[in-house]
Amino acid sequence: MATEKHDFGIASITCHSFSADRNQVALSQNDNEVKIFKKQGMKFQETGTLTEHGQRVTGIDWAPKSNRIVTCGADRNAYVWTVQGGKWEPLLVILRINRAATSVKWSPQENKFAVGSGARIISICYFEDQNNWWVSKHIKKPIRSTVTCLDWHPNNVLIAAGSTDFKARIFSTYIKDIDEKPSSTVWGSKMNFQSLMAEFSNGAGGWVHAVSFSPSGDKLAWVGHDSSISIADAANGNRLSVVKGNFLPFVDITFVTENSVIAVGYDCCPKLFSLKAGELSFVHDLDIPDEKEQMTKSAMMRFKDLDRKATTDDTNVDLKTQHQNTITQVSIYSGDKSKCSKFSTTGVDGNLIIWDLKGLESSMASLKIV
Amino acid sequence: MSATLKPYLNAIRATLQATMCLQNFDSQVVERHNKPEVEVKSSKELLLTPVMISRNEREKVLIEGSVNSLRISIAVKQADEIEKILCHKFMRFMMMRAENFVVLRRKPVEGYDISFLITNFHTEQMYKHKLVDFIIHFMEEIDKEISEMKLAVNSRARLSAEEFLKRF
Repeated sequence: MATEKHDFGIASITCHSFSADRNQVALSQNDNEVKIFKKQGMKFQETGTLTEHGQRVTGIDWAPKSNRIVTCGADRNAYVWTVQGGKWEPLLVILRINRAATSVKWSPQENKFAVGSGARIISICYFEDQNNWWVSKHIKKPIRSTVTCLDWHPNNVLIAAGSTDFKARIFSTYIKDIDEKPSSTVWGSKMNFQSLMAEFSNGAGGWVHAVSFSPSGDKLAWVGHDSSISIADAANGNRLSVVKGNFLPFVDITFVTENSVIAVGYDCCPKLFSLKAGELSFVHDLDIPDEKEQMTKSAMMRFKDLDRKATTDDTNVDLKTQHQNTITQVSIYSGDKSKCSKFSTTGVDGNLIIWDLKGLESSMASLKIV
Repeated sequence: MSATLKPYLNAIRATLQATMCLQNFDSQVVERHNKPEVEVKSSKELLLTPVMISRNEREKVLIEGSVNSLRISIAVKQADEIEKILCHKFMRFMMMRAENFVVLRRKPVEGYDISFLITNFHTEQMYKHKLVDFIIHFMEEIDKEISEMKLAVNSRARLSAEEFLKRF
């Protein structure tokens, strides 16, 4: 089986992030700790715990190049963790927010990161050498509700944010002290700090759960609570393409090629969508259950069940999908956004699953990733 | 099952499945708090449009959703005075033991007989599809239970009346 499934107990996994070599994973099991697991053979072994947060951890991001972890939590704090003498040491970030932090993402060059929060603020944090701490600048306007998700543009300056006021927005985070002057992009050329480059709504109401830039940075995809998935293409005059289906809402989304996205969510099954001639469409479920024959119960089993459970009903509670509950996060495992070959998902059921996208593509005739 | 009960329950099931998409959501009004938004109603963008499903004027269900919690309120069929009393007593019995029922609300919403409050913490601990099954099963059973109790009350009343009237 090409799909690897790792069980981390019954607690739900709220967020995860892999190290650059994919040998270690940092994840939070719905509490105030971040656990580091190292792959040994086919299994993940716990090697360390990061305990500094006072409340639930809401976001983890492991910087691939500089090997630093940033975490944020419902206690309004964020910490940057670095390895010093084989141990992870925290460094407090001064976020200046007074509500829970909801998500955190390193910028592509890893010289700054962004933290979204319930205070209707995005904090853009960068390191200040003279004080030896991380300071932040705020993006406030025109966010009207909790910022739920963030994603960086590859040029290290633009950032996309989704929030519970039903909008997905793109801001500039150009900070004079640390950034080179950015060249103009399809989203606009005037990039002062906090300037709003674009604002999208797909017309209907729905909390935005996740945003993702395409590998080139020209397209923005987002998913909302109205079970919609939308892509805006800036190279094509901000052309908007929306799919609404009869599936349950999605929670996370990521590009896997320039024209394909994977969305995961309350349906417990990753789904692939593709952009063809400017129109987004559903391609395929990526979790195909093995068809098991419905076993007829033997008389012996019937009486055993009657004795043990006081019922003869079929008490099988398992869903047919690999994940047994909502999938909370999807991230690229090998390859990158322009050519993903494996991706990983974590869910409320406490499972981490690594999916072989290339293997799935070759095993399913109707699945073509463009 | 009567002809109108099936579509009624199916409509409730579908609505519950869609509403039970909950996430952990910290309050954006009070610092370091995490409250069911459907109860506190502090920000109106976090609430979903309430859905009412009714079978007839007496039997109805109100499903109110929000970002991290949902409230389902049920009005049970009460055809006569005995059923009204039985229903009231039975619901009171359960709501006094609400903590043992986990998802039961201690007080029903105005105009309804019983309310359930399901938060993201429940959907994290329990299977979502099984929670939906539980509510549907509860609704199927509650009517049966009350009509059984009504029969029991009536037959007992008949017996005791018989015994009493033997003296004359």
